[in-house]
Amino acid sequence: MSLRLIFRKTTNYLMLSLTGVCALVAVGILFFILGYLLWHGGTSLNWDFFTKLPVPVGEPGGGMANALVGTAKLLLIASLVGVPVGFLGGVYLAEYGGSTFSFLVRYMADLLNGVPSIVIGIFAYTVIILTQHHFSTLAGGIALGVMMIPIAVRSTEEFLKAVPNSLREAAVALGASKSRAVVTVVIPAALNGIITGIMLDLARVAGETAPLIFTAFGNQFWSPGWNQPTASLPVMIYSYALSPYDDWHRQAWSAGFVLLSLVLVVNVFSRMILARKRHVAR
Amino acid sequence: METVEKTVDRARPPERARRFSERLLTGDAAANLVVFLAAASIVVLTSWIVIELYRNSAASRHEFGLSFLWGKSWDPVNEHYGALPFIYGTVVTSALALLMAIPFGVGAAIFLAELAPPKISDALTFLIELLAAVPSVIYGLLGIFVLVPMLEKAEPAIRSAAGYLPFFQGPFYGVSVLAAGFVLAVMIVPFIISISREVLLAVPADQREAAMALGATKWESTWDVVVPFAGKGIVGSIFLALARSLGETMAVTMVIGNTPVISSSLFAPGYSIAAVIANEFAEASSDMLRSTLIELGMVLFALTFVINGLARILIMTTTRKGSAA
Repeated sequence: MSLRLIFRKTTNYLMLSLTGVCALVAVGILFFILGYLLWHGGTSLNWDFFTKLPVPVGEPGGGMANALVGTAKLLLIASLVGVPVGFLGGVYLAEYGGSTFSFLVRYMADLLNGVPSIVIGIFAYTVIILTQHHFSTLAGGIALGVMMIPIAVRSTEEFLKAVPNSLREAAVALGASKSRAVVTVVIPAALNGIITGIMLDLARVAGETAPLIFTAFGNQFWSPGWNQPTASLPVMIYSYALSPYDDWHRQAWSAGFVLLSLVLVVNVFSRMILARKRHVAR
Repeated sequence: METVEKTVDRARPPERARRFSERLLTGDAAANLVVFLAAASIVVLTSWIVIELYRNSAASRHEFGLSFLWGKSWDPVNEHYGALPFIYGTVVTSALALLMAIPFGVGAAIFLAELAPPKISDALTFLIELLAAVPSVIYGLLGIFVLVPMLEKAEPAIRSAAGYLPFFQGPFYGVSVLAAGFVLAVMIVPFIISISREVLLAVPADQREAAMALGATKWESTWDVVVPFAGKGIVGSIFLALARSLGETMAVTMVIGNTPVISSSLFAPGYSIAAVIANEFAEASSDMLRSTLIELGMVLFALTFVINGLARILIMTTTRKGSAA
């Protein structure tokens, strides 16, 4: 074997194994994050976390019950804003759209998807807080809802487009109007995928902190109704982690553990459902 | 003849009205209208965001003009604001993150697309995409409690190895531009991997076969043929990751140190556009400060808009589905 060939072969093996190392490191980071949170957050998690209110500085104990409810309320408003617009917009793009306007809508949805979340927060602030003059659950929920729209649109469109055309043709051949065909045949055929896409979308905004800091703000107590500032899990993690108190750090870890578990469970299940669907489709 | 025409004329208006109301009731026109309105509202909403940013930053734009972009002072007492320290911090942390993330991301993508058996590749990609779903505040949490102490421990080693470089001068408190760069790198690697992998998988097999037939080793065929073929798409994935890191707020805010200074040292604390908005907006004491922060938001919007656009064009030309990413 010539020297040159040895060199080429060594480079070959060396570089190929290096790429493998890169992949392993990336996966390793995930397991590190999971492991660390499980160890740190899981051990400091207790029942109080789910049932009690935060306590004043200095007192040990307390929980984040209000933040859990706050996050649930924010996500409810976000779905009410984001899902109808996103879903119907997706139906338009897949079933009704002409080419020019659809291009514009897709382009704008992609643009909206790329807007940094903090800028969405500014938008919700200037539109809602500046007119109301106080922070509110409503404003935070709307900010998250706006963030949900682009992904809901694109995933709905994608799943509707995956429905075979023969189904549409069969429905129309049986005398259904276009809208009836869409509502009774095409949408049900794609419904699982669409719902999965929306779950992933919700999981994504559930962890958003930046748009909430100056819309939903924060609250050490329960937030009655929809028009008061409210605590939320991500903002609690942020403010507790930056505080100088050890007990608050412990609670930040617990909250991080709960938030990450929620997000990852939704992600794992949704992605498994989607993967199976794609497998069947092939 | 006359009577027939009359009948037709009289019949026409009610006929059309009935058909339209029928169409509304059976849903065709109504459905069309509803979905059209939903789609149009997306266009309206995105434009509305731009308009709100522009309108509400008016005070700041009139006061400081274009020189806002290269003004260095951040002086809330005298109400004199410049954006440069924040733009600098944003750009430097993102550049640092890319520097660390690109070799790793592209390397891992090559492994997943070219070497790993499909099943293993799919499983690993699944895990890596989960990494992209981790909320940024969790990265921030790990950043302050894990990464910053680690960097503090590594500081003497870095100093003795590269302490003569201007990047590693001055005191080091853990929270720094370096820490922010690290956290961002971890956050954007999944994007680079998953999109680059798609792009590499889209390279036709005959490219590889041709290279192998000419006697190239696996690595040579990958590096000299497949990667250049997918080059534009890979660059696109990097741009997309860059846009992400420019706009990233929480993780950066938690580890960058939040000090508006411009320093060549990565050990020094810094500030980023998103971080200053996150920190100051809720408690903005004056309308001028608020207006300035909104203008910073507009700068950030413009930056990510341009870079996202470029990324999309690049990915679209290679896989034809860039916008879905």
